[in-house]
Amino acid sequence: MLLELKDVSLAYGRIVALHGISLTVDEGEIVALIGANGAGKSTTMRAVSGLRPVLKGSISFDGQDITKMRADLRVIRGVSQSPEGRGIFPGMSVRENLEMGAYTRRNRPEIDKDLERVFGLFPRLKEREKQSGGTMSGGEQQMLAVGRALMSRPKLLLLDEPSMGLAPMLIQQIFDIIVEINQQGTTVLLVEQNAQQALSRAHRAYVLETGRIVKEGTGAELLHDPAVKDAYLGVA
Amino acid sequence: MNFQFVLDNLAALTVTGLTQGSIYALVALGYTLVYGVLRLINFAHSEVFMIGTFTTTIIWAALGFGVGAAAPSTLGVLGLILAAVLAAGAASGATALVVERVAYRPLRKRNAPPLIFLISAIGASVALMEAAGAITNRQPRGMPSLVFPKVQFSIFGADVTNLQLGIIFSALLMWVGLDTFINRSRLGRGVRAVAQNPEVAALMGVNKDRVIMLIFILGGAMAGAASVLYDVKVGLTTYSVGFLIGIKAFTAAVLGGIGNLRGALLGGLLLGVVENYGAGVFGNQWMDVVAFLVLVVVLLFRPNGLLGESLGRARA
Repeated sequence: MLLELKDVSLAYGRIVALHGISLTVDEGEIVALIGANGAGKSTTMRAVSGLRPVLKGSISFDGQDITKMRADLRVIRGVSQSPEGRGIFPGMSVRENLEMGAYTRRNRPEIDKDLERVFGLFPRLKEREKQSGGTMSGGEQQMLAVGRALMSRPKLLLLDEPSMGLAPMLIQQIFDIIVEINQQGTTVLLVEQNAQQALSRAHRAYVLETGRIVKEGTGAELLHDPAVKDAYLGVA
Repeated sequence: MNFQFVLDNLAALTVTGLTQGSIYALVALGYTLVYGVLRLINFAHSEVFMIGTFTTTIIWAALGFGVGAAAPSTLGVLGLILAAVLAAGAASGATALVVERVAYRPLRKRNAPPLIFLISAIGASVALMEAAGAITNRQPRGMPSLVFPKVQFSIFGADVTNLQLGIIFSALLMWVGLDTFINRSRLGRGVRAVAQNPEVAALMGVNKDRVIMLIFILGGAMAGAASVLYDVKVGLTTYSVGFLIGIKAFTAAVLGGIGNLRGALLGGLLLGVVENYGAGVFGNQWMDVVAFLVLVVVLLFRPNGLLGESLGRARA
């Protein structure tokens, strides 16, 4: 088991956003979290990456308790997040943004190899290498955010809404790339509004409602679950 | 008012202004770095400079260059300056670091509102200044002239001395070094990342506390270097020396666009030149009035300073 959340609760001030969430991610999996706006999907991601302290419960990663570990140290352990809203550094070039992804690493030849890998996955980024991150289109920024998250060579890749704001064709493309990244050996935990895509690409998934996990199963099971269909897939 | 005097001596006033402005610019870097990353005006930075001026006299005295000492050889001068830059840079950097640890970090850990930081900054400034005043009995401390100004060449009728050249050149050199470090190195990229988006910087593995320590040390070291140039130029320091220089440097940073390294340089040089013109027109006693009037006028037309912010660009 690569990642395990046990009974994790988290609050923003007095507003409790997660009420005792438990979930696991095994090595090699793509696991999706789906749910409506405000269900706690992004909050769960923030708990895993360490951006928000948890109120109670525990998080373990790769055999180590990381519940109280600082976010920057989790990166060194192998957790990498492409954040909600992409979080591109606007005053840095595409290349510099990617270099930021490799901030914790020192081995230059290995970093260059991963740069080539990211440019291979997203040829568009290679074309825009010198352009400033802030002037890129939404789709390009999304590619950059995913590519940047890969640059730390993570064991676990957290993707927060990778399809947000993208044209349908680009959505297909980015999910194809997520599957490819997974097949190259990176475990993926994915938050998505686009439940159709997420469930058809993920090995397993959890459904969140108002800070609680209400359902779990394989992607295929949930894809055919009438209640899930009703609530999240937009088809009866 | 004496416009004819200014017109006749424009080149000379410009050279003196650039010399004074170089020192403002170096001190301004400390304000700009800290503001760019923390959105905080580190008012204690003026005392970081003051500590540097005293460290310089102490290290010179320790090396046998005290009051009454004979003028050293050229090599000796370079050696004394180098020793002073290292010592004052270290002392000022350390002072800045202590201020961060004692006055700001505890507040940061408790998520204090910005106003509290401001009060703490002013408190740290007064505490350091008064401590230095108590230790020195509020007596100014003089030092022998290290460099006797010698005219090197004339440009547009203005004599340029070795001292002026040395100060301007040293300041530019320090600035280039800092700018290159921030824009080209891995750690510098980390500084810019925290300035632009601290949360995402953490997701990249950047340790924010370490970045904050780094910018205080860098800003402090720049103020230390500036303090050596000041000592060489003025030959006298006192516990309250940081006050006016600090305010001027802060003004320079705002003038150029606070949070912008190039702005600090431009603002410093410009402020030095303009206040010298002002002194020429209205008389020396009006120098500081002119400096601050210029600030107000520039901010009326360009509220973000001449160059705007760059370190934390596009952070709302």
